[in-house]
Amino acid sequence: MFDGNTLLDKTPKKPDLIQINLVGLRTIVTKEVRRVLRIWVQTIVPPAITMTLYFIIFGSLIGSRIGEMGGVPYTTFIAPGLIMMSVITNSFGNVVSSFFSGKLQLNLEELLVSPLDFTTIIIGYVAGGVARGLAVAALVTIVASFFTDLSVVYPLVTISVVILTAIVFSLAGLLNAIFANSFDDISIIPTFVLAPLTYLGGVFFSITLLSPFWQKVALANPILYMVNAFRYGMLGSSDIPLSTAFIIILVAVFGLFGLALFLLRRGIGIRT
Amino acid sequence: MLGPNGAGKTTVIGIVTSLVNKTSGTVSVFGHNMDEQCEAAKACIGIVPQEVNLNMFEKNENILINQAGYYGVPRSIAKKRAEKYLKAVHLWDRRDDIARNLSGGMKRRLMIARALVHEPRLLILDEPTAGVDIEIRRSMWELMREINNIGMTIILTTHYLEEAESLCRNIAIIDEGKLIENDAMANVVSKLQREVFVLTMRDFMQSPPVIEGYEVRLRNNYEIEVEVAKDQGLNGLFNAISNQSLHVSSMRTRSNRLEELFMRLVENKNLNIKISQQSKVTDSAGIAQEKSN
Repeated sequence: MFDGNTLLDKTPKKPDLIQINLVGLRTIVTKEVRRVLRIWVQTIVPPAITMTLYFIIFGSLIGSRIGEMGGVPYTTFIAPGLIMMSVITNSFGNVVSSFFSGKLQLNLEELLVSPLDFTTIIIGYVAGGVARGLAVAALVTIVASFFTDLSVVYPLVTISVVILTAIVFSLAGLLNAIFANSFDDISIIPTFVLAPLTYLGGVFFSITLLSPFWQKVALANPILYMVNAFRYGMLGSSDIPLSTAFIIILVAVFGLFGLALFLLRRGIGIRT
Repeated sequence: MLGPNGAGKTTVIGIVTSLVNKTSGTVSVFGHNMDEQCEAAKACIGIVPQEVNLNMFEKNENILINQAGYYGVPRSIAKKRAEKYLKAVHLWDRRDDIARNLSGGMKRRLMIARALVHEPRLLILDEPTAGVDIEIRRSMWELMREINNIGMTIILTTHYLEEAESLCRNIAIIDEGKLIENDAMANVVSKLQREVFVLTMRDFMQSPPVIEGYEVRLRNNYEIEVEVAKDQGLNGLFNAISNQSLHVSSMRTRSNRLEELFMRLVENKNLNIKISQQSKVTDSAGIAQEKSN
């Protein structure tokens, strides 16, 4: 089986770590995207069905009685919020389930014993989460277009917000997976933290409807800034100044990335 | 690397492969210090862990291609390597199957192929043949010899002492996290002072024959066990047997020589610990008596 050509070079060589990390990154991203596509019935289809139901119930049935919100029909108002809700849930869910199943099946060790830098591993998993978030966002946008006339007022704002939000929640999913030791641990955050924050984050209503006190409380919810920045990009109206929203999103991106890198380098949640 | 359960073999491997945080000491792999050049050190290593750690829902070929990618092997080369190593472990016909559908032995072979796909300079095998049938174990030994012959260093941990004796040039025995022996296999085995032989006799025996200078025990009506010291040799034994008109049909060693040595080293260590503990008790009792005086 092993011929003369396979004889190992015994002279110590310094491995090309840049080449290793570039090829490694491509490999992780390919693997993650393939995973999303392989289990498309679990990853892509359910959010499309859920969002269709939201549009039918809250948009067509109830929305027609509500009338206008934020100067646009209610169905149009909730469309950006529902797209963002899908992005948040799916980018988070993708990374948390992929990374945690790797921990559980032990195949995460394939990456941990490799010479890849943790920065590469984080970017690879986040890219998978962003890919799923964007794929679902595109599908929900198509669904929304059947219920309302969608236009994008500021495309650059819209695209940058959706990508940055997907990055934030992919990183949040990674952190959840790092700390998780059981399936309960990966369902607690989405159920008890993510869902309330998303529903109260201005997806279905403008915070101007709240009393001054609750308006101030709502400002502590980071999802409010993301939903409103995205709504600004699509509809041109927002409850929050765009610059504030971008600052908060960028702080979240760098903060969560730094935290994930710190934890992985310390071996927390991945080494004994 | 030999040692009883819980001796620390897997922990050592975990530290070398960075899966376990070390509490002290240094690790150097082909001159790369793990604390300073961790990535460079890891690039030299291929690991087959004790527990199956495959992605159960991934195609077997993709498992190898991905693993090569993590070590910087471009996809076109990785595909060729995946074919080469899947063929080497006789799993090429299962390349499109997912790992979950493989038998236990096949999963182990797949892990060996995965560890080889980036062609490391050091291959670490943590009990690779545990739970594998004899035929596959032999073919895995053959594979290990082949890859060792092309210049790949292999560190093997095993419970099968026969495996260690037939495959390894050097041996380290570890117990309770301490290295209690680290030498060439030939030197280690030569330390054995006594060996037990099993002789199958042609004649029916009710009791063991009495042979002066040798300890003889009856195993059953046709087999005896004889303990032979290293300086005694076997000539005297056979002369005595012939003088008693007994006929030997065949002879074998009772157990693996390495096993004898292993047990002796571990038992000696435990005995030393007991003695030192007893002496401490005696010392403290003595001190207490002095104080009372």
